[in-house]
Amino acid sequence: MAVTVLGAATLLTVVVLVFIIAFVLVKGLPGVTWEFLSSAPKDMGKAGGIFPTLVGTVLLPLLAIAIALPLGVGTAVYLTEYTRENQLTRALRFGTDCLAGIPSIIFGLFGFIFFVVMLKMGWCLLSGALTLAIMVLPTIIRTSEEAIRSVPNAYREVSFSLGATRWETVLKVVLPNALPGIVTGMILGIGRSIGETAAVIFTAGSSLRMPMSVFDSVRTMSVHFYILAREGISNENAYATAAVLIISVLLINLVAYSMMHRFIAKRSK
Amino acid sequence: MRLNCETVAKGVLTVVAFSALASLLLIAVFIFKEGLPFMLKVGLRDFLFSSTWNPQVGQFGIYPMIVSSLYVTFGAMVIGAPLGIAGAIFMNEFLPRSVMRIIKPTIELLAGIPSVVFGFLGVMVLAPFIRAHLGGPGLSVLAASVILGIMVLPTVISISTDAIGAVPNSYREGALALGATRWQSVHMVTIKAARSGIIASIILAMGRALGETMAVIMVAGNTVKVPHAVTDPVRTLTANIALEMANATGMAREALFATGVVLFVVIMILNAVAMSAIKGRGNK
Amino acid sequence: MRTLFGKVCSAGLVTVLVLATGCGKPRENITLAGSTAFQPFAEKLADQYMTTHPEVSITIQGGGSALGIQSALSGAAQVGMADLVKLPQEAAALKSIVVARDGIAVVLNPANSITALKLEQVRGIFSGAVKNWKEVGGPDHAIAVISREAGSGTRSSFEQIIGGVALTGEALVQDSNGTIRETVANDAHSIGYLSHGLVNEKIKSVTVDGFACTEKDIMSGQYKLVRPVFLVYKGDASPACKAFLDYMLSAEAQELLHQNGLIRAK
Repeated sequence: MAVTVLGAATLLTVVVLVFIIAFVLVKGLPGVTWEFLSSAPKDMGKAGGIFPTLVGTVLLPLLAIAIALPLGVGTAVYLTEYTRENQLTRALRFGTDCLAGIPSIIFGLFGFIFFVVMLKMGWCLLSGALTLAIMVLPTIIRTSEEAIRSVPNAYREVSFSLGATRWETVLKVVLPNALPGIVTGMILGIGRSIGETAAVIFTAGSSLRMPMSVFDSVRTMSVHFYILAREGISNENAYATAAVLIISVLLINLVAYSMMHRFIAKRSK
Repeated sequence: MRLNCETVAKGVLTVVAFSALASLLLIAVFIFKEGLPFMLKVGLRDFLFSSTWNPQVGQFGIYPMIVSSLYVTFGAMVIGAPLGIAGAIFMNEFLPRSVMRIIKPTIELLAGIPSVVFGFLGVMVLAPFIRAHLGGPGLSVLAASVILGIMVLPTVISISTDAIGAVPNSYREGALALGATRWQSVHMVTIKAARSGIIASIILAMGRALGETMAVIMVAGNTVKVPHAVTDPVRTLTANIALEMANATGMAREALFATGVVLFVVIMILNAVAMSAIKGRGNK
Repeated sequence: MRTLFGKVCSAGLVTVLVLATGCGKPRENITLAGSTAFQPFAEKLADQYMTTHPEVSITIQGGGSALGIQSALSGAAQVGMADLVKLPQEAAALKSIVVARDGIAVVLNPANSITALKLEQVRGIFSGAVKNWKEVGGPDHAIAVISREAGSGTRSSFEQIIGGVALTGEALVQDSNGTIRETVANDAHSIGYLSHGLVNEKIKSVTVDGFACTEKDIMSGQYKLVRPVFLVYKGDASPACKAFLDYMLSAEAQELLHQNGLIRAK
């Protein structure tokens, strides 16, 4: 009986999610041609394609995660493996949870005032990536921490009894076993970075030029959708952009998971 | 040689952890520095409990916004948390691995859809639906709660799934060996063991719902009034910040940062309540 | 990790490093920032200008009119774009030109039978004095008023021109032209306002005091709901920057703006 209820709930969830994805794809895919993907926007976005935004959408979250993942996982490892559970760690964990709820517009303003104006970096990839990294840090820290904590102590004890140091244990025993959780955090972080608009506009800008260095401004597909839809420029192109966005995120997720599964499979040989 | 590696590793990790925490501290300081002076100037009681928001004439009451944010977040969690946890349990315990390997990435896919897309869909599809069947302008507490609930589903499901999946099989087998049915072993053993991960997912989701801006602005209606029905339009704290920030100067701008401080405090309270809920149940 | 994963990571790292150093020949950079409504138009003009002037690289950013003015003041951008009815005090230190004008159309759902309103009626509706469509000759139903947010240039222009009223507390607020259009298109009893270039077949614009929101009636001064688009810049702007500003006021550029829905500056 309980199982039926659970099953029904899951079915409802899946149906709603599939509906949303299907709606966007049905409205958007007709507009997605090879030309759309490979050419630059023309005529304010009413015509042409979205190629520069594709590049921006790949580079910006990539850079943000490249910064946030080592920082986040490193912090999680430090908090769980190298310190004892005490008031300080509890306070830190509490603090990072709270920061997860600050609206992105505040991060955007912070990024603008600190990176764009104070550090004079201007609107660019780097400003955007640093700001996004700070935004997704709480999520990565929390999920990595949960993942590391859930690795049974028995594994660590066996490793120590075989003579390994703490660092070796972390690297070869704990982290590989915590990998699924860490990858989840990474995917949630990438997802959030790709989907951000306000924070990105204030820091990475919304220029339609192809970025040639990390100091160039970029526009991501989310920002492009934001501008097209909100300024009423072109609903068709907006949906098409959203369709490409959904497919890109799907591809990224699939790649991340298959890499992870291959890694796990290799290890258990 | 080994000792050096170990010390270096520990040193690097310490630096990493502190720089991560330092950057988070930087943001917190930034918000408080801009917002606290204002709250002292205007007085906490007026700011939090007055219902008139009119920056041009110097009135900064955010009470309707606080209430609206709480309603909308609560509504989102009522929709998102049960569905999400139920889904996570069902997928992990009662579905074959191969099916789950397809469904989980699909659900996580939704985490990557920008909030503006959700908001846009809300304006085009959900709000007219609500207006036609439940009355009111369509742009309402209900619309915002539904959209937010859907938006936090991936977070709740992913993290809960990982927590449940990490429970060692020996726990389940132990329960079954003691004569429990499948369902009993799930809800008496597995869920309890995965509890902290599930709560973490709810906390992160709550934070996300409270802090969401773009989608909410497009479907909530943004009227500054305390809502009396789920079909009433509302303005959340985050929407207020985003709507007014673009052209706010001087005191108005400080007021918006002060709103950020209030958000921070509200989240702290919600998180603290959630934490004590864990502790309370853990003592049984 | 001498695996695919390792190779992907190294490739990624190399890309990032190459990007960090940058490539391409140096050109003068001009950045315009500010009004998101004018941003697409500025991009179009910039694209056109750069085909004949490859020695400059023009970047257009959004962020809103207030951010535009702030950026011009702080130097983050060379030119700020602001579509406000009047520039705020802090902009006094900057020079300004009017690059275009934008008509504000009062729009209704096509299902609504009303096609003409008087200015006092518009004022009454938006201030909340008039609450039902039947008071202005329409069906018996409550009016759903939709407005822009408090910081919007469109809104402050609109409210000042219709007579300095305070918006009714019952009004719904949306934060962009596009969402106002979608909301009005979906609600048969709503009324809103937006840039006239965005009016399409999903909504209809009404005449105010007998005059329509068309170029003809705006240029003749008879349709009153118009607001300017300002470009602000520091006095010591570079020659290349000033050349681009001159271009935007030229006949060719003004014609491009006109074709896309804005009104010429003069």
